Amino acid sequence: MKFLSQEETKRISDKLLALTKADQCEITINGSRKGNIRYARNAVSTAGLIEDTQLVVSVAFGKKQGTASVNEFDDKSLEKAVRRAEDLARLAPENPEFMPTPTKQEYKASQTFFQKTADIDPEFRAQVAAYSIENSRKNKLVAAGFFTDGAQFTSIANSNGVFGYQTDTGLDFTLTVRTEDGRGSGWVKRSVGDASKFDARAASDVAIEKALRSVDAKALEPGRYTVILEPAATSDVLAYMFNSFDARSADEGRSFLSKKGGGNRMGEKLFDEQVNVWADPWDKDVAVLPWDTGSMLARERQDIIKNGRIANLDYSQYWAKKQGKRAIGTPGNIIMAGTNKSTEELIANTKKGILVTRTWYIRMVDPQSVLLTGLTRDGTFYIENGKIKHPIKNFRFNESPVSMLNNIDEIGKPEILSGDEWQYQLLIPAMKVRDFNFTSLSDAV
Amino acid sequence: MERRSFLKVGAVAGGSLLVPVFGNAIAAEELLNPMAVQFKKSLADAAMNAATKAGASYCDVRIGRYLNQFITTRDLNVENIVNTESSGVGVRVIAGGAYGFCSTNVMTLDSVADAARQAVAIAKANAKLQTEPVVLAPVKGVGEVAWATPFKKDWRAVPIKDKADMLLAANKAGLDAGASFMAANLFQVNQQKYFASTDGSYIDQDIHRLWSPFTATAVDKTSGKFRTRDGLSSPASMGFEFFDCKAENRVKAAGGVTTLYKGAYDLIEDARAAGRQAREKLTAKTVDPGKYDLVLSPEHLFLTIHESVGHATELDRVLGYEANYAGTSFATLDKWKSKNFKYGSELVNIVADKTTPGSLGLVGYDDEGVASKRWDLIRNGILVNYQATRDQAAIIGEKESQGCSYADSWSSVQFQRMPNVSLEAGKKQLTPDEMVKDVKKGIYILGRGSYSIDQQRYNFQFGGQLYFEIKNGKIVNQLEDVAYQSNTQEFWNACTALCDERDWRMGGSFFDGKGQPSQVSAVSHGSPTTRFNGINVINTARKIG
Repeated sequence: MKFLSQEETKRISDKLLALTKADQCEITINGSRKGNIRYARNAVSTAGLIEDTQLVVSVAFGKKQGTASVNEFDDKSLEKAVRRAEDLARLAPENPEFMPTPTKQEYKASQTFFQKTADIDPEFRAQVAAYSIENSRKNKLVAAGFFTDGAQFTSIANSNGVFGYQTDTGLDFTLTVRTEDGRGSGWVKRSVGDASKFDARAASDVAIEKALRSVDAKALEPGRYTVILEPAATSDVLAYMFNSFDARSADEGRSFLSKKGGGNRMGEKLFDEQVNVWADPWDKDVAVLPWDTGSMLARERQDIIKNGRIANLDYSQYWAKKQGKRAIGTPGNIIMAGTNKSTEELIANTKKGILVTRTWYIRMVDPQSVLLTGLTRDGTFYIENGKIKHPIKNFRFNESPVSMLNNIDEIGKPEILSGDEWQYQLLIPAMKVRDFNFTSLSDAV
Repeated sequence: MERRSFLKVGAVAGGSLLVPVFGNAIAAEELLNPMAVQFKKSLADAAMNAATKAGASYCDVRIGRYLNQFITTRDLNVENIVNTESSGVGVRVIAGGAYGFCSTNVMTLDSVADAARQAVAIAKANAKLQTEPVVLAPVKGVGEVAWATPFKKDWRAVPIKDKADMLLAANKAGLDAGASFMAANLFQVNQQKYFASTDGSYIDQDIHRLWSPFTATAVDKTSGKFRTRDGLSSPASMGFEFFDCKAENRVKAAGGVTTLYKGAYDLIEDARAAGRQAREKLTAKTVDPGKYDLVLSPEHLFLTIHESVGHATELDRVLGYEANYAGTSFATLDKWKSKNFKYGSELVNIVADKTTPGSLGLVGYDDEGVASKRWDLIRNGILVNYQATRDQAAIIGEKESQGCSYADSWSSVQFQRMPNVSLEAGKKQLTPDEMVKDVKKGIYILGRGSYSIDQQRYNFQFGGQLYFEIKNGKIVNQLEDVAYQSNTQEFWNACTALCDERDWRMGGSFFDGKGQPSQVSAVSHGSPTTRFNGINVINTARKIG
């Protein structure tokens, strides 16, 4: 794939804007080069390189719109994409919720590109796999892991003078290490934009140590326990909740943020006052694009939860106008305030509790209360008098993140997380939470 | 595990609202004229020649053109219509005993040859870590063949106005019947796939699928309570005739509590029922937790089959290839080899089948060029087989692959995905009404709700869309806050009755996720209404803030 430069995407965008006869036009071009290596049973199972470039054209005649996407860039294909979108728009009825494309936005660049990550090659990936496979073999363990890296560009433009171009990179590493007899399992996850902050050997050692410690897990009765949730264990749980911060749903009465009798719960204290959450596209650890590609609106730093109170909800352009609010770009990251306390310190401060490495298969049971179910996995341990006493069998939980964030005893150090089930880059801390509701036992290791 | 990749594509492609209602979103003549087969063959040959010259002992090439259209409506507005088109080539090789893969969206002879050479380079880099070489179970080349999903009405040729009108009519029906909000979608997929391999196969396939899910939401502003009821549809691999629902396609649920569908779907009728039932859920009785006999309707049970049998019998999971992500399986090789592992009661017969008409997994050949077939997974309650690809079949000494290889895009590497996995109907004549008559304390569950299972497919929790309390052989009232928890083996061994063939029908998962990088696939699961005795039911009601 040719990695298109800012000048090239500008030239293509200008050509498309000149081609269209529509009243307004929006163009998104993005391309990526993603490498990966996957291994299991202490050997590489697959590895590959995926390259693609895509163009999306959206045009409008009055309040009538049409959109088309292609992944070819010759002149004929560019013309085809524009004409397809125009054909659709001409045939469309007026959309009562139509909003004009934004006027020029201030996109202050964020630090999302790191050359070291973009330079990752098959040898680098193979070396990552080698670290975990060789160290696992030495310990008579079995490694299964996945390392993926990517470099991409995104360009947005519209007929009101908006233009943005930025490149970004990232890598993601997960490793599960199991004992040969299948009685123990440990896991680790790392997500960073800058490869110089990634240490494959150190990460692998975390999973190896957890696997060795997790053998011969004992069963505890289901019930309510104080838990120390490592950041990865809360990421899915919290992402579900932050996906429900839509203002319209709340105003219309179909969200946990709806107020009895009508309206939303903006400003209400729903969580423990230690809970502070915000979005910031320029954060040094989890920088994201300074715009929301869907709306082309600039992102801003904004509080989401301030001292336990709901500080902001997501307003679409249409709903913001209707409610007399100002719409800004939807957040691309979620950052939760933490402390400098290590997970070991949280453990040391715990008389009786459970340490959870990872949660799994989380699904919404009841959107009214954001009740979620899911399981612990790959390293669940019983804590007594400030020390990990022994591994325990995995639990299923039925718990709401709203209750969870009301029951915080102590907060630890934040870590960077990303995932394929949510749209955000997360920077969230480990947490000690009381009365966490485990409802049944799982024999799965 | 269900994923949201299709929706993510939509979020990228559909930045703005758009509402076309006439004509086709992509000109029909463009859609209906796929790339010339001879051109695809020349691309494939260029890749295979380059790979072989670079040192590959095996090479396969997948040339894909993927056309998706999805329509999103909310209440009486069409919110979004998005068409995506993506084409490119994926090349997989074995060199030095290891796999390598590379893909490109540039469809030229030089570009695909470059991709093939890259794939070989990647394979050679990985070979250093290989302890055992990849071995493929043999498959005979089939020469130049073609296969297409059988259908009567091509979704690409149906005017968008007709589709939008249908969704809006459904929303109106739901609103009129009591819903406060309605949201209906239509997903349509066409995969034009060409497969070639150094085994001598050149396979051209044209695959079609569609699904129209919706959600009816009822709000009680006074109490602040809201409840939803999703559609009871089953996605299908067929044409737009799926929506031509006739009398013979309608099935009365036990006690006549609602209408269900077989082989076709009346979206508007179901939306009307959903509007009424969502409103009724606001005042339904909260369940008393405890042990119940569960009567599970097929459009609910399909997901339990999918999670507790479909994923558990995937050989890649059993062998450990998914250990880092979707997990392993409790259905280990020793249980299979013993030939007496009681997966379920003697009534339980579960088959894998990639040939079932209308099913989402229906194809002529898999993505390794293996022809589709049907085989047993569980026979009379005993685990008898798995689902495998060519390399996995070789590992356990099987002579051939069952054809379970699939990639969701030309840019994704193919790997093991489940075929349609279905529970056979009971041999004795039994209707759902007759089944309910034998239940003293039970719950009749319809529709797909929340679902979660552990990484070895043991402990699970499932909910549904509609729950009806059964007392002394009669359905007495609607329930809410219901979820059941069990262990896979205990659950299937608690199976005590199955309705007969007349009640057998399919449910389906359109976006089943697995693998790293994560991919989605579509798969159907058939069953009759089935009874499970003494299952633990919990109450899921909670209060927050």
